[in-house]
Amino acid sequence: MAGKNPWGGNKGDGGSDGGSGDDGGKDGGGKDSGGKSGGPRNPWLPSGSDDGRRSAKIEDIFKNRGPEGPRRIGGGGGPPNFRMPQRPGGKSWAPVIVLFVVIAWLAMTSVHFVQPKEQGIVTTFGKYSRTLQPGTGLTLPWPFQNVEVEQVSTIRVNKIPEGGEQKLILTGDQNLVDLSYLIRWNIKDLKQYRFQLADPDRTVKEVAEAAMRASVAERTLDETFSGAGRAEIEERVRTRMQAILDAYRSGIAVQGVEIAKTDPPAEVNEAFKDVTVAEQDADAAVNTARGTAQQILERAQGETIAFDKVYEQYRQAPEVTRRRLYYETMERVLSQTDKTIVESGGVQTYLPLPEIRKRAQTPPAAPTSTQGQ
Amino acid sequence: MENIWENHKLSIMAVFAAIIVFSLSVVIVPEEQQAVVVRTGEPVRTINRFKPDQPYGATGAGMVLKIPLLEQVQFVDKRVLSMVMEREQVLSSDQQRLLVDAYARFRIIDPVRMVQTAGTTDGVRNQLEPILNSVLRQELGRRTFANMLTAERGQAMTNIRNNLDVQAREYGAQVIDVRIKQTDLPDGTPLDSAFRRMRTDREREARTIRAQGERNARVIRAEADAEAARVYADSFGKDPGFYDFYRAMQSYDTTFAKGEGQGQSNIILSPDNDYLRQFRNGR
Repeated sequence: MAGKNPWGGNKGDGGSDGGSGDDGGKDGGGKDSGGKSGGPRNPWLPSGSDDGRRSAKIEDIFKNRGPEGPRRIGGGGGPPNFRMPQRPGGKSWAPVIVLFVVIAWLAMTSVHFVQPKEQGIVTTFGKYSRTLQPGTGLTLPWPFQNVEVEQVSTIRVNKIPEGGEQKLILTGDQNLVDLSYLIRWNIKDLKQYRFQLADPDRTVKEVAEAAMRASVAERTLDETFSGAGRAEIEERVRTRMQAILDAYRSGIAVQGVEIAKTDPPAEVNEAFKDVTVAEQDADAAVNTARGTAQQILERAQGETIAFDKVYEQYRQAPEVTRRRLYYETMERVLSQTDKTIVESGGVQTYLPLPEIRKRAQTPPAAPTSTQGQ
Repeated sequence: MENIWENHKLSIMAVFAAIIVFSLSVVIVPEEQQAVVVRTGEPVRTINRFKPDQPYGATGAGMVLKIPLLEQVQFVDKRVLSMVMEREQVLSSDQQRLLVDAYARFRIIDPVRMVQTAGTTDGVRNQLEPILNSVLRQELGRRTFANMLTAERGQAMTNIRNNLDVQAREYGAQVIDVRIKQTDLPDGTPLDSAFRRMRTDREREARTIRAQGERNARVIRAEADAEAARVYADSFGKDPGFYDFYRAMQSYDTTFAKGEGQGQSNIILSPDNDYLRQFRNGR
């Protein structure tokens, strides 16, 4: 850098330095060569001929603006120093610019591309004239005609309540239910939607709320929890909303109402859960009873089948079978017990206690349960 | 440029003047607005006044002429307007308190009267709100709490609407609809007692369900017992004598057999015992 001031290099130095990009003006190098001024120059300003160039000094800026104040482009007269850029041949650019602006204005405000889900309302000086269907529509330019394009068939969804907070609604049996739901709607008649209601979107929400509360109030709490009851409420709300909105001539079609959740209020949720637990308890009791019943029946069947089989044998040879069974049983029983045979009459018996004690100490023999066959 | 200005100074000024006069004497009334033309403080005519069943496009909206400076235009909304009554505590005929949110929908059908009485639509709202409030209290106060919630609400709302409508006509407004948006129990005792009632109701339900479960279980068991008894009787009834013998044999086996958890058995037999019959006489 040659100068003390980093911005202050004059034109000759600037050409070889980094400042060349700033200094290369549109006016070409021919004027630049003659533009060597003594003082420091502002490198951010394009260098031009001396008369058109703005100096860095504030006084000079105002001096150049002239007494009329801020310069208006194309304004009548104009400041003495300002001159419109000229076309080759010395003609003014002004007509071209004006033509361009007019064409742009016509194109922007009289050709409208309406997307498939949209419609457009055309108003002539504020008065409704027609509705633009999807496609390309031509109108008179603004300010004669104005077009407002709106999404028509797109389904709009409102969730009520908007946040996740608890919204308690009174049911017909004066209980409270925490309920949230969705409304899906769209516009069926754009001009009514546009001109009939002051605030259609809010109206939809308010009507939904009124309809929902009225419908829930017709139901008991248990019905709001059941699937069928919910479906009925949804349908009631939808028809009710549609009737009200039609009465307003709102041009709105309610496509559906969906109850997202019906919960008992948080304050009494425990009691509601206990009902579910009780239902399960009851089911459990019944299941256990069924099991026991099955057991009883199976046992009865087993025993009777066994009896029937033996009886079959018995019938063929009653006396023999009877005696056989008797002896077999006695054998089993008496072989496992202590036996004492006492002559009847005049014999004192006593309980052989030491004997019993001795037996208790020896390990008991393997169980030989022999159920009679 | 200077040449144009110099040569056509007068015509340019005339054009500007014409534009200014034109803009002062023309008023653009949009479709959703009605306009009252006020000449020196007095409403003289209305533009695009609301008429039922008038299709859009056939209304008086659009560009309308007026006398510049002398006539002023006041716009009045033509659309259905909303009015919200904030939560109000209403007492039912059975002395229960209820918080009620309501809204009304109205439309200005006589803009001149509205301009003369309320001035603006907000003015109408301010006038109507206390009326709605009192009409609502009056009408709902005649009903019991249960009726307030349900079926009769439809009729109540019609009455409220009619009453409010009569008053609203004074301000050039027509009440289209009044609806209760929300009915809530006030916080504190009413809400708590509702919760208590719900809780005890559920507790009762839970208890009932458990008792029913037990009852069903008992019935199932009894039925099984009865069925088993029938099966036994069918089978054993074929020969009660043999059953007695057979079952006795089983019983001896079970009673006297050596096994886990069974007491020791000592049997003292008499030689006369049937079992020892052969033993005795060695026949």
